[in-house]
Amino acid sequence: MTALRLDALTVHRGACPVVDHVSLGIEPGECVGLIGPNGAGKTTLLRAALGLIPATGSSSLAAMSPRGRAAAAAWLPQAREIAWPVTVERLVTLGRLPHLRPGTRLRAEDRAAIDGALGRMGLTAFAGRRATDLSGGEQARALIARALAQEAPLLLADEPVAGLDPAAQVATLETFAALAAEGRAVFVSLHDLTLAARHCSRVVVLDAGRMVADGPPSDVLTPDLLAQVFRLRARVHRTENGPLIETTGVLE
Amino acid sequence: MTPDRLPAPALAALLSAVTLALLLASLVVGYAAIPMGDAVAALFGIGDPLEVTVMQQIRLPRAALAAMVGASLGLSGAAMQGFLRNPLAEPGLIGVSGAAALGAVLALQTGLVAAFALALPLTALLFAMGAVGVLLMLAGPRGGSLTLILAGIAVSALTGALTALVLNLSPNPYATAEIVFWMMGSVSDRSLSHLALAAPVMVLGWAALLTLGRGLDALTLGEDAAEALGVSLVRLRLTLLFGTAAAVGAATAVAGAIGFVGLVVPHLLRPLTGARPSTLLWASALGGAAMVLAADIAVRVILPARDLKLGVVMALIGAPLFLHLIWRTRSEGA
Repeated sequence: MTALRLDALTVHRGACPVVDHVSLGIEPGECVGLIGPNGAGKTTLLRAALGLIPATGSSSLAAMSPRGRAAAAAWLPQAREIAWPVTVERLVTLGRLPHLRPGTRLRAEDRAAIDGALGRMGLTAFAGRRATDLSGGEQARALIARALAQEAPLLLADEPVAGLDPAAQVATLETFAALAAEGRAVFVSLHDLTLAARHCSRVVVLDAGRMVADGPPSDVLTPDLLAQVFRLRARVHRTENGPLIETTGVLE
Repeated sequence: MTPDRLPAPALAALLSAVTLALLLASLVVGYAAIPMGDAVAALFGIGDPLEVTVMQQIRLPRAALAAMVGASLGLSGAAMQGFLRNPLAEPGLIGVSGAAALGAVLALQTGLVAAFALALPLTALLFAMGAVGVLLMLAGPRGGSLTLILAGIAVSALTGALTALVLNLSPNPYATAEIVFWMMGSVSDRSLSHLALAAPVMVLGWAALLTLGRGLDALTLGEDAAEALGVSLVRLRLTLLFGTAAAVGAATAVAGAIGFVGLVVPHLLRPLTGARPSTLLWASALGGAAMVLAADIAVRVILPARDLKLGVVMALIGAPLFLHLIWRTRSEGA
């Protein structure tokens, strides 16, 4: 079963389309990177796909009931909000909300999901700490763990690795790739092109709201595309681990 | 550092015990010295008919109203802070209490109070409901929290100005004094019919507000994440507005304006609940009841002859508590 299907999804802000007729499908087992310059419409595309903002065209997630959608997809917004000084464990437990009937206690499977998510993000030792006392990067990892604990078939993440140290960036994308290997699907917006090339099985490139490329990283990330979409002068080295992008300057 | 929270059952037991003890104390403390045993018997209509009248007609409505008004204010405060994700939010923010006060003042000024017994609380309640209508019209059913706050400030400012206008134009100094005293807030000299009018409305409000726990917990992660977790923000906001209007509107209608409870009680109890918004809801209801009961006992004990007003004492207790909280927050942040 397809994890996400978008058909001519369009979002207007005023008269101007911010997301313009984007059609794509994401299958279980895929880790799809969403790349594009600032203002290309990455966040808007992800939010419209979830049905959080009005859009024309169709999205399989937006068509669902709120509860159904929460069971089908986990959403990690770019804004890292932790409003109250709850413990890290409590924060991650919020990911189990769609699985619990109101007023019921955590079951063994919920505990397992929470402990698994904490372990995956290297936060087991932090479980009892106040989330608001952690550093920015640690908070980001705690919020990723929250989305993982939801154990939805699809994870949508908006720039989850921004502000993380290099090891945490790689570890996060390795976790996403592992989720895909387990048969789930991941749709993640990224700014680091080499990270996207190395860890995503497919990349979707957005420019001024339109999808300009969609395919395996080695096919999509070419010097021509980097010049056109990102205004970058770059060389692409083919390595055994996928393309390595060396930027040499900015085009005027 | 491990957060200093209490397990939920222990917290519930502690707060219930404190509230019950204060409720009993509120029934026993008063002008007529009635021993505890006789007082409880008189409450059920057994014993000296005079004591029965005092207990059933005077002390029972007073104690019950103090507890219910406190619970309404504490619960709405916790819900409002959870929804706006702001520890400075309080139930008065959306203008409901201001509107209720305006209704009451108009009832006093026009002499409507003399027409029938419950004219004042009924007018106040009607104005509170009207305020929610205006609020919804201003903020729209889907508006964000910022438009809601702005609309609330507009309603508060307008009702405050109109209340001042009524006082300003009041030709009768007795009516003016009556209005001023009413606005200070009190639960003394309230009858069982006041209780019968306000209690069902307040309970309705509590029932609405207590369903919000799940949604408020999810809102810890922000509006977007909460919605993606299956929470309907439109429904949550409507429930919050109607729940607060019913609980606070009815509370203000019978007791006048009593500040600080909705602001301070959730603040005080938040650390004990592990900052969980859902736990804070019922905890603040119990805590608010305890706080207003304690303040109402203080009113009777400190200056029994001077008719000290509950709202005044509450502000005198609440403001230093709030200052202490600011001090603590500041030293934690340093």
